[in-house]
Amino acid sequence: MKKTALFTIIGLIAMSFMLPTGPSASQIIQKVDDNMSSDTRITESQMIIHGRRNSRTITSIGYSRGKYDNFTEYLAPEREKGTKMLKLKDYLWIYSPSSDRTIQLSGHMLRQSVMGSDLSYEDMMEDRKLLDIYNAEIEGEEEVDGKKVWRLALTAKVDDATYHSRKLWVEQERFVPLKEDLFAKSGQLLKRTVMSDIKKVDGKWYPHKMNYKDMLKDGQGTDFVVTKMQINVPIADEVFNKSNLKK
Amino acid sequence: MKLAFQLAYRNLMGAGLRTWLNVGVLSFAYVLIILLNGILDGWNEQARTDTIAWEFGQGQLRYDEYDPYDPFTILDGHAVLPAEKRDGLTPVLLRQGTIYPEGRMLSTLIKGIDANQTIITIPTAKLKESDAALPVVIGKRMAESANLKEGDEVLMRWRDKHGTYDAAKVTVAAVFDGNVSTVDNGQMWMDIEKLREITQLEQSATYYIASTDVPVKAEGWTYFSQDELLQDLTDMIEMKKYSSSIMYGMLLLIALLAIFDTQVLSIFRRQREIGTYISLGMTRWKVVTLFTFEGTMYSILATIVGSIYGIPLFIYLANTGMGMPELSQDMGVAIAERIYPVYSVGLIFSTVLLVVVSATIVSFLPARKIAKMNPVDALKGKMQ
Repeated sequence: MKKTALFTIIGLIAMSFMLPTGPSASQIIQKVDDNMSSDTRITESQMIIHGRRNSRTITSIGYSRGKYDNFTEYLAPEREKGTKMLKLKDYLWIYSPSSDRTIQLSGHMLRQSVMGSDLSYEDMMEDRKLLDIYNAEIEGEEEVDGKKVWRLALTAKVDDATYHSRKLWVEQERFVPLKEDLFAKSGQLLKRTVMSDIKKVDGKWYPHKMNYKDMLKDGQGTDFVVTKMQINVPIADEVFNKSNLKK
Repeated sequence: MKLAFQLAYRNLMGAGLRTWLNVGVLSFAYVLIILLNGILDGWNEQARTDTIAWEFGQGQLRYDEYDPYDPFTILDGHAVLPAEKRDGLTPVLLRQGTIYPEGRMLSTLIKGIDANQTIITIPTAKLKESDAALPVVIGKRMAESANLKEGDEVLMRWRDKHGTYDAAKVTVAAVFDGNVSTVDNGQMWMDIEKLREITQLEQSATYYIASTDVPVKAEGWTYFSQDELLQDLTDMIEMKKYSSSIMYGMLLLIALLAIFDTQVLSIFRRQREIGTYISLGMTRWKVVTLFTFEGTMYSILATIVGSIYGIPLFIYLANTGMGMPELSQDMGVAIAERIYPVYSVGLIFSTVLLVVVSATIVSFLPARKIAKMNPVDALKGKMQ
């Protein structure tokens, strides 16, 4: 009797090792990071800011290098045309052609909205890896837009995280996030990002439409639509230079 | 002198309508000068009293990193004042937040204050009486812009000391009605202990309100006396006085011009009379004095006429006040719904003196010509 019980336990343990197991939350986030990041990227995009009465579209071209360096030039509408933004690690400069001045944004100014959208400069500035800020765990599996996803719960492990916790829905097949909810310390949902129109660019899956929404206020939020994307293409060093702002 | 007075009075009365037109315009200038200055003095007095009662107390001790004119200093403009320095001081901690009434986003300044304080008139006792988890008191302007009333709940978002977002519902425990918009517009007052707890800023304060006028000294902090805090208000009212003086100055100028004109005309038309005075033994300067006195008499008559209709008007306005438009009450300064003019003795005497002296000067200027007149030619009525 004892022998039978012992064999049963050993058998169950052996079977559990043989069963296929999914990736851990950290592995999923790592794969998402790998998928979404590239050495360099040139993106032509439209930011559609939905207001109470009407919407306005801002067209821009963005150059990024690694995780820290980013240069954006606004192309339309006429009012914003020529406005340039350079982010180098923790510093952000904005050049306004109307005043022909470059200002550095810091401190409280980073909490202002970008061109009246639902995004703040600070949201754009965050370049720490999710795993450096949050402890992640898989909460469950579900379907979003007919795709199987993992629902990950991320809780801040550092004091200075802007959002205390996040929820991330990652598509199992392509390791692309489809939805992200950002929460306050009290658990109040603050912002939601919904990604769609996933396309493959140079072997990497990337969402070409994102909707950012401040969940505390009415409205449709801000759409960010990628119209053209090139990854891992050479970008001259001068692009990421302050002198490029006034050119 | 008596003769000069009698002659002047007789001549003025003889001039009839011309005299009363001059006196009318001059008396209007009188009334307007006193009224405008009275309104500004009344506003000054009311604004000072209200600002002290609602905002400044007897003085303030501010942390040096905080500049009330620079909202970007709110984030880091706070510190812990040593406990031994806090006697008689009420702490106020400022934080920035956002409220979402009816799905709208409204930036707000969260002001934490000791709920037990009695130095300023903000009804902080209501914060203690409320059973809500996060009670706040707001002013009527804030209540209007956010469409909130007593008992309403609204979602508020803020950041703790590390910059992490937090959000919760706050309950309006009371809506206060004050004249000082700088403690009302875009602001929410809550118990400082609760604000310190939700932002993790233990013991911190941005500034302290003093209950006595004894200066407090602490390193990294600067004490501002009541007069220093009210300096902006004083400067603004002074500037207002200057700008309004342009208006009544022009009115006074018109009245003085009329007197000047009348004087020139009477000297021209009364050459024979001037010649007769001199022939009868009056010195030229005595005649100049006589004519100058006639001009001065306009201002004396204007004082009497102005008093007849001005005093009842002043008394009426001092009792009922003057209604101020709603919009002006949202400006950065304390303006009550009604302003009660204040007429000081100094104001009345200085106005009378200003008008009498200016009328005397403008009367003297054309009268100087008499001193150069040839009495024979004057008697003949020859043009000189």
